Amino acid sequence: MSSTTLTKPMLKIENLHAWYGESHVLHGINLELGEGQLITLLGRNGAGRSTTLRSIMGMVDKRTGSIQINGAEFINKPAHRITPEGRIGFCPEERGIFSSLNVEENLMLPPGVGDGGISIEELFEMFPNLANVRKRMGTRLSGGEQQMLAIARILRTGARLLLLDEITEGLAPVIVKTLGRVIRDLKARGYTIVLVEQNFRFAAPLADRHYIIEHGEVIDTIEAADVEASMDRLNHYLSV
Amino acid sequence: MDPMIRLILAQGMLGLNNGVFYAMLSLGLAVIFGLLNVVNFAHGALYMLGAFLALIMYSYMGAWIGMSDLSIGFWPSLILAPILVGCFGMLIERFMLRRLYKLDPIYSLLLTFGVTLVLQGLFINFFNASGTPYPGMPESLRGVVNLGFMMFPKYRLFVIVFSILVCFIVWYVIERTRIGSRLRAGTENPELVKAFGINVPLMVMLTFGFGTGLAGLAGVLAAPIYSVSPLMGANLIIVIFAVVVIGGMGSIAGAVVTGFTLGLVEGITKVFYAPAANTVIFLLMVIVLLVRPNGLFGRQG
Repeated sequence: MSSTTLTKPMLKIENLHAWYGESHVLHGINLELGEGQLITLLGRNGAGRSTTLRSIMGMVDKRTGSIQINGAEFINKPAHRITPEGRIGFCPEERGIFSSLNVEENLMLPPGVGDGGISIEELFEMFPNLANVRKRMGTRLSGGEQQMLAIARILRTGARLLLLDEITEGLAPVIVKTLGRVIRDLKARGYTIVLVEQNFRFAAPLADRHYIIEHGEVIDTIEAADVEASMDRLNHYLSV
Repeated sequence: MDPMIRLILAQGMLGLNNGVFYAMLSLGLAVIFGLLNVVNFAHGALYMLGAFLALIMYSYMGAWIGMSDLSIGFWPSLILAPILVGCFGMLIERFMLRRLYKLDPIYSLLLTFGVTLVLQGLFINFFNASGTPYPGMPESLRGVVNLGFMMFPKYRLFVIVFSILVCFIVWYVIERTRIGSRLRAGTENPELVKAFGINVPLMVMLTFGFGTGLAGLAGVLAAPIYSVSPLMGANLIIVIFAVVVIGGMGSIAGAVVTGFTLGLVEGITKVFYAPAANTVIFLLMVIVLLVRPNGLFGRQG
């Protein structure tokens, strides 16, 4: 945990349990990351990585434990207050592009959560593909365009803590490469990022720390510096 | 002008006049259904409530509160009554419908059906079931205008123009503005919209208030034309549901266009075979259900 203690924790989760209806999905997740850090949540499908993000967002039926953002407790906040008060940008696994809205409308949908949002012009520079399809409806975008839009629209709001769920899933290598460049750039700008990722090769060079999640619990934590030495363990965790 | 064409145009205008109410009421239903997934059976009763509020404000309220000179005219009613109906709608949403969202949609339909019966019962009890004329038509809208092919009541012409304007504004707000895009997004994925920090329950309440307010507005517009009766909504709502089925549930433009068109069709049918005028809409409904079950403008389910 050496890198954690150097910076104050921006997000600190302790003993987080979550339920969908009757089914108990998270069984005491603990994790933390400092401002400007990037962590990944690794693990198999259904291990509880997406649910961890959704629990932070208040999108589960019930959650207990503690979720602190910049020292403030969020576990009991209603869903619509979590994003503005935590200055969070959430990019859901299914990308969440609205099909009845065009690109610009999708981009403008999330209300601002603070100063320092990236301007529309700069976003179109960051994602040139989007600039050409401004008026196209959400349904008529390619997977890559949808993913870029889903990231762009949370950067506009002034969010500082980004929760990104499987952003490389199903995308062509060239787009994955673009996304890698964008994430590195965002990190350099001081964003704090939680990345749920299947693609370890994408995540490895970006992350400060990896959390391995299985059956709704963190079963291992690997610092970026120890990845080389821990390849066997990682392969074991991630192999199907 | 050929008398036949003249007749068709004349019946068309009268049909359009009915179509106005079909359009405004099915528009409100479509807005509500789109965001709440609630089939608001009380829509007809709220239309009736709007008409009664206008009547009460004009004829009764003064005497009730001991100021017999007080009479609120048509123009203020046109603003006040829809707001009051909308507020009433918001109370229904906040304290009744909200509890039912997690259940099967049939429960909210039954609830709004119950609200209809209660409202109708109350008004039958305090007024009579046969209807009362609304005497408050403004002086400036009395009389007729010469349309070339017919003399048409000025007031009805006002209603047609005004309603087209209202429908256009509603369509514009929903399809072309920031507020509208939030509404459309909420229709698609309320959970994510909430996660973006938008207070969806509040938005739902306001939308229900807005949709029911539209019904109230239609009621005020109807008051000087039809007699104000507790059952005026019940008679209309059946036709409105047929309009909504033909247009397709939840489509804003579809509701408006279908409403006006079916009014026209109904009117023109009168020219050729008058007894069929009351059933032609239902006949069309059957055909649409057989050929395009999602409605003419409906999204594929």
